[in-house]
Parts: sequence; C-alpha cells; structure tokens
Amino acid sequence: MEPVGRITPSTLSVGDLPWQVLWNKDRCTLCGSCTAVCPVRAIDLGVHRKRALSTPVGLESRPRNVFAVYHGIDQRTDPAHACVGCGMCTLVCPNGAIAPARSAEIDKLRFHVNQGGEPRRRGGRRNNPDSVLDKIKFVRISMLTDPALDAGRHEFELRTLLGRVLPPEEMLKVNREQGWMPPVREIYPLVIGSMSFGALSPNMWEGLQMGVAYLNEELGLPVRICTGEGGCPPRLLKSRFLKYVILQIASGYFGWDEIIHALPDMKEDPCAIEIKYGQGAKPGDGGLLMWYKVNKLIAAIRGVPQGISLPSPPTHQTKYSIEEAVAKMIQSMSMAWGFRVPVYPKISATSTAMAVLNNLTRNPYAAGLAIDGEDGGTGAAYNVSMDHMGHPIASNLRDAYLTLVKLGRQNELPLFAGGGIGKNGNLAANAAALIMLGASGVQTGKYIMQAAAGCLGSEGDRCNVCNTGVCPKGITSQDPRLDRRLDPEKVAQRVVDLYMSFDTELKKIVAPLGRSTSLPIGMSDALGIGDADAAERLKIKYVL
Amino acid sequence: MCRLFAVTANDPLSPMVAINALNVMKEGHDGSGVGLFLTDLGGEFEKFQNEPILSGIFSNEGIKALDRFMIDLDFMVKYKLSFRPTRPTPAGTPKRDNYVIRVYEYPADWDGLPQDEIQHRLMMIQLQLRAIGEKDQSMLIFSFWPDVIMIKEVGDPLTVADYLGLDRKDLSARTILSQGRQNTNYSIDIYACHPFFIQGMSTMTNGENTAFVPIREFLTSRNFPGYSGYQSDSEVFTHILHYMQNKLGLGMEMYKHIITPLKDEELTRHPDGRILRNLKQSCRPLIIDGPNCVIGCLPDKSMFMVQDSKKLRPGVVGGRPGIFAFSSEMCGLDAAIPERDINLDYQPMKYETVLVRRGRQEIEKWNQWDALPHLH
Repeated sequence: MEPVGRITPSTLSVGDLPWQVLWNKDRCTLCGSCTAVCPVRAIDLGVHRKRALSTPVGLESRPRNVFAVYHGIDQRTDPAHACVGCGMCTLVCPNGAIAPARSAEIDKLRFHVNQGGEPRRRGGRRNNPDSVLDKIKFVRISMLTDPALDAGRHEFELRTLLGRVLPPEEMLKVNREQGWMPPVREIYPLVIGSMSFGALSPNMWEGLQMGVAYLNEELGLPVRICTGEGGCPPRLLKSRFLKYVILQIASGYFGWDEIIHALPDMKEDPCAIEIKYGQGAKPGDGGLLMWYKVNKLIAAIRGVPQGISLPSPPTHQTKYSIEEAVAKMIQSMSMAWGFRVPVYPKISATSTAMAVLNNLTRNPYAAGLAIDGEDGGTGAAYNVSMDHMGHPIASNLRDAYLTLVKLGRQNELPLFAGGGIGKNGNLAANAAALIMLGASGVQTGKYIMQAAAGCLGSEGDRCNVCNTGVCPKGITSQDPRLDRRLDPEKVAQRVVDLYMSFDTELKKIVAPLGRSTSLPIGMSDALGIGDADAAERLKIKYVL
Repeated sequence: MCRLFAVTANDPLSPMVAINALNVMKEGHDGSGVGLFLTDLGGEFEKFQNEPILSGIFSNEGIKALDRFMIDLDFMVKYKLSFRPTRPTPAGTPKRDNYVIRVYEYPADWDGLPQDEIQHRLMMIQLQLRAIGEKDQSMLIFSFWPDVIMIKEVGDPLTVADYLGLDRKDLSARTILSQGRQNTNYSIDIYACHPFFIQGMSTMTNGENTAFVPIREFLTSRNFPGYSGYQSDSEVFTHILHYMQNKLGLGMEMYKHIITPLKDEELTRHPDGRILRNLKQSCRPLIIDGPNCVIGCLPDKSMFMVQDSKKLRPGVVGGRPGIFAFSSEMCGLDAAIPERDINLDYQPMKYETVLVRRGRQEIEKWNQWDALPHLH
C-alpha cells in the first residue's frame, strides 16, 4: 500500500475508466502514431523496467535476476486525460496493435469529472440512444385499393415552405390591393441545422457550404444551411451563395457587426434569419464557445478578443417578455432586409412552447417556428443540461401542430423540428415521421457531422470532446494541425451523397403511401406505433 | 375502383340511363353502394324549381320526427315522391322504411331574406336533421336544396334501381351524376357513398385521396359548419370546390390550380406564375394526392371533369349537342350515347379541365398552362 497522500480520492485505475486502451506488445512497432494522434493524450510512451530470471545451464553459475527496459503504452488515469474511446489510435496504427475497449463495469470516472468544482462540459448529444421516432412505422400502404407510386419513376415534389404563408382569403386580398406579401422560400425539407463558424472548423464549414452550393446549383435541390451563432465569413456574406444560408442571431449577437456591415455589399438576400431563443441540447442555457477554440480568425469574425470563453447569455438580454422579444426582434430583423427575408424564432422544445406558438400566430411578421428537442446536439454544454434538460421533440411538435390546426393556421406558420433526427442513422424515416406528425421540415446537425465528416461521437458517450477544440477528425477544432485532416472537398462530396440518398429514401417512404404531389405534412393517418401510450399521446394508430 | 357516370341533356332523362351505364361497367364496382345526384329536374319537380327538396332515408319514427321538426320551422310539404318498396330487400341492402323526396314551401318569415342567408339556413337544416338522425339512425339526409334530388343506397346499382323502381315516369332530370361504389378503405357507410353535395354543388370521384387527413383538418378548421362529415376521403373534393367558389370567390378555372397546382419549376414559366405560386402556397393543404378522376356539377348546372396531377385514372367525355356524358370508362359512354362521333370523345389529361355548360353545345377544355382570366 502506498503511503498516505499518494492515493487521492480521484485516483483511479485503468479499470475505473469508461474505456481501456488495449495494447499488443508483439504487434507494436513503437512508431508513436497513436500517442501523437490521441486528442486527450490518454496514452503515453511507457518505459518499463522488467525483471527476468536468468538460469544458465550447468552448476557453475547461479540463477540471477536480469533487469531490462522495454517500451510500450501507458494509459493515463487522471480525469483530464481519461480515454474518450474515439479510436483514433486504432485508426492510425499500422499494425492493429491498439484499440480502446469499453469497460463492462460502470465507470467511476463520472464521479470525478468535476475537478476544481467545474462540472463536466462536453459536446455531442444526450447520452441515450433511445428514440421514439425510430419506433414510428409507416402503416398506410397503398397497394391494391389503389396503386402505390413508383419512387424511382414517378415525379415527386417534396419541397416545403419557409415563411409566413397568408391564408387564401387574405392572400387574394393582398394581391388585389398590391399589399405586402410576406416572403416565402421554397426549400428542401431537410435543413442543415445551426452549427456555428467557431463550433465547426473552417474546413468543415467550407465543405458544408460547397456541398450545399453543389446541391442547389448542379442538382436542383434547394437545400439550406443555418449558420448558428457565430456570424458568417464576409466572403460568403457578399457572395451569391448567401441565398442558400439561414443567418442565425442568438443571445451573444456574435458576428452581427460583420453581417450588418456587409449589408450594403450583399448581392443576394439570405434565405432567412433564425433568431435562436433556445437549443434542445441545453435548454435555457446560452451558446458556449470555450476559450480553446477562440483563435485569431474566430475572434475576428465574432468581434471578440482571442483566447477567452464565449458563453452567450441564456436569453436575449435586452428583452424581458415574449411579446417584446418576438415582436421587436422579428420586426427589426425583417426591416433590416426590407421585409424581403423570412424571420423566425428557434426555441428548445418545452412544455411552454404553445405559449410561444400562440404568440407567433398573432405576429404577422413571424415566418415560422423551429423547435429543437432534447436530443439535439451541441459543440459545448454542461453535461447536466444535455442529459437531463429538455423536452422530447415528437410530442412537442405534435402538440404545436395540433394547436395550429385548432386555430386553423397550420399552413400559415411552418414548424421545423430538430433534435435527434437520425440519431441512430434513420434520417429519412425520422424526418418523414416528424413531417407526418406536422413538421414542415426538419433540421439536423449531428447526423451531418457524422455522415459528411466522420464524427466519432455517440450517445454512448464516445469522444464528445468538441468543446475543447481537440476534435480528432478536425470537424470541431480550430487548430490548423487538426483541421487539415479534413478535406473540404470530401466533406462536400459526402454532403451531396447523404442528401441524394435521403431524397431517395424519402421517396421510398412517401411513394408507398401514395404521396408525391406535395410533402405529406400532418399525414398522421399513415403513422403507427407499438406503444399504446405513445399512440394516444401522438394521436396516431396503435399497432402490434 | 369505383365507376362514375354522369350525363347532361337538354331533355330530361330517367336516372335509369345512368344506372344502365353503371351496369355496363359492372366489373369495376362491387355493389357496396350506389349514389345519384339529379338536378335541372324534369317532370313534376320542374314546377318547384325554387323550392327546397329534401332527399333522404327515414325510419317510420324518423318521418314523424322530420314532420315535427319541419312544422316547427314552418316548412310545409308542397309535393312528395316516396318509395316504400314492397318487394323483398336485395341481398346486402338494409331494410328501410321510407325513401323520401319532398318539396317544401319556405316559411313565410323567410320572405325577403338575402340569397346567402337562405342558402346558409338550408344547409344548417340539412346538418341539423342529419345530426338528429345520427343519434338513433332514424334519418339519413343527403340534400336539402332547390332543384336537387339525391338517392343513395347500399347494393348493386341495377338491383337497387329495380328495387326502388327508379324507372318511374315522375323521376327525371337533365343533369345526373351517378356512382357505383367499390368500397375501399372504410367500412360500408351510406354517407361514404358518392356523389357528395354541399350548397348546390356536387362531385364524385373514383380513386383514393391519400392527402385526405391534412385536407380534412384544413377544411374543418375553416369554422364553416358544412365542412363536416368526411365518411369518405372523396368528400373533400366537393368541399374544396365549395371553399374555392363560395369562400375565395374563384371560378372553376382555378380548381385544378388548387387541387393539383403546377410544379414550382413550371410556375416560373406560366404567364400568371406569380399569383398561381401564391395560391399554391396559401392553399397547400388542399393539394390532393393519389389517383383521382373527379366529375362534378356546379350550381349553374355546368358539368366538369378533372384528373389528378399524374392522370392515373381513366375518364372520358363524349356526346353531341344536346347531350353529353362523362364516364369513368368508355363502355359506359358507349352504352349511354351510342350515336355520337367518337372522334370527338375527349379524355382530359393531367393539366386539363373539361366542362359542358347548361346549353350542352360543346365540350369546353381548359389547360392549366392557359393564362388566367382577369381575376378582379
């Protein structure tokens, strides 16, 4: 036993950690690639003294101890350097000599990730792979009563609308009187959700923007991407590609100096303005860009000094009530672009969402409402917020849609749903389920990172170090040495791949339901679920 | 798939013309229902062109309740045609006490009411009676409107027509819609039987409207009491037509632009693309989907046919000046009007609306690519 003082309360063994690094001495070439690539420096070159017994033949010499040195891998066990299971070591090892393995025992690290009194912060999503969206089935198949459509051959129109849509009577009146018609965008129903310049690396951002531009200009798919709270590079602001971009303004107002200054030079209006009031991953908490990631470029775009953490306030500080917040912000944003750009708020899913929604229905400038559920991802948040705060998206979205139906305004105020869409890889099925529950479209960020850039994070708490800028894939880092691992061209290619496959899958879902002429928003008769309570709550069929 | 047949003629025809045409198309319907909409009536009913006619099925109790209800409202029966079949009920057809067609005299205190108000009151009475009847199944109400008779029953069209004696001389009309029903997704309910009727207009469809639920939600949230029922997904076609004409004040040329609007790219090339795009966006929940051929009749007795956006259903219009028929299959048209120039038969395609006006002189054809008549 060590003397008192050598073992602290937070001294852990390798077995106490969630991940153990397994290393094979016989295969290891001691090249050092694994220790160099490890984002959290969980492994070190280990120099070990080893005793062996030498037993010479014959009786002349006595057996003796031989001491030798060998080199290998040491796994560090202090909380700051615990293995995150990303598996980059395996990826770079030429001989397959090393791999992290998840502990069978519940780890003890979780009790020690608050060193210095700082609760754990991380990136990623709620650490829970459950998804009610995955359980929803599409049960209304047209077959013999009427022929199903052919996803491969028939024509489909699967666009959606973003913007305040006037009711028919009012539209005709405005048209007759040559009045103001609120701007409405015809867009693809899968929107790349807000991931800021700062949260993402420049290479990742560039790749996404290139992919979106290609989808629009070469493939005719009107895909839109939201900036998140971090501004937008001036070169993009002044380019014709701005029309594919939804600019987000959030409580930190980061980047908006640049945006406002670029206004006179804009060749195109942005697709829309999203006012972020809340985020599903950390409801009631503001954005957070930790100091590790605030380098010279980020500081310049955001208009802040380098190397400081940027916690946005939980709410817009100049406002004190929903009426004021919504009315003033939406109206002033609309005014900035001459009422030509849709402006809509984004909130985290919450049991109070209906109050916001009701308020928006009375605001003629509100162009929609985005609701982000508890399974939404983030680049940085307190672990407690991510794992325990927030409302699931399915019932919140459904309530919102049915509230609009009750008011007769289901077509006037489009709802966009986000949070956990495709969390288990079922992007099209989850999106279609939400659309049939009443969403006009969906937003997803995490799936895009996973599919387009190879993000390693999971709901099993793998990796999730986006907050500290050490992303081993270069997706969420701001260190050029890491960023260069990500080739923007390849990201763009993957964005295109995933959208094209999503489009086919969406058709494979709606075609058998006999839908092709318009997006099946609110087609709840097509949905079923094998959970009676969920069925009742969502007002869909209970099927077994 | 249901079978549809409609005919419009200068001289009154017996509904048997339509029933016989349905019978020719028999392999396409399963006898789960037959529905008739008769307007521009002939015979005795011609004398009561402005008086509301109640059409429905009543139990003996229902008749008494009807009388009490109508007397309380000060409606007096002016003329009636009752079917009380004495023959054995055909297999599959429920035994009914009374099939009722009654012409009423307006209450004295309705004199001088604006036309809109009269029309609203007539619709409300129809809805009230239907609600009363639904409690104890004592009444089934199909229409309450001047110059309109509706007959619906479960069973094979020809068998039901024989059973009811629809070949009687005192029943004739110049404009007839009829449907032989192929029951699809819903349980057999006589209210699911086409044609559907609201305030002077009627439509029937063969096909399946897969966008039914969102459309129903939109219509029911208009807060108009007539937008109710929906035992069939096809009832919304009638109500969309009503909403378009009576609520939006738009003409028949806009019907296709609402139920099957041009695609976004197509609208950029349309001379009226801007307004049509706005209309498409505002009426997005009214976009239909699935295979559908819609045949209908407007309050001015014009008869029309439109197809879904892919033209997935058959439908043909043919005839000669004085008589035209709209049929889901060619054989129905051949049976009804054999002596016509078949080269002039017309099958509307996905962009088209065809219409025969009350003069019955020609088949008018409109295309969604046509410039719109001036809207204001």
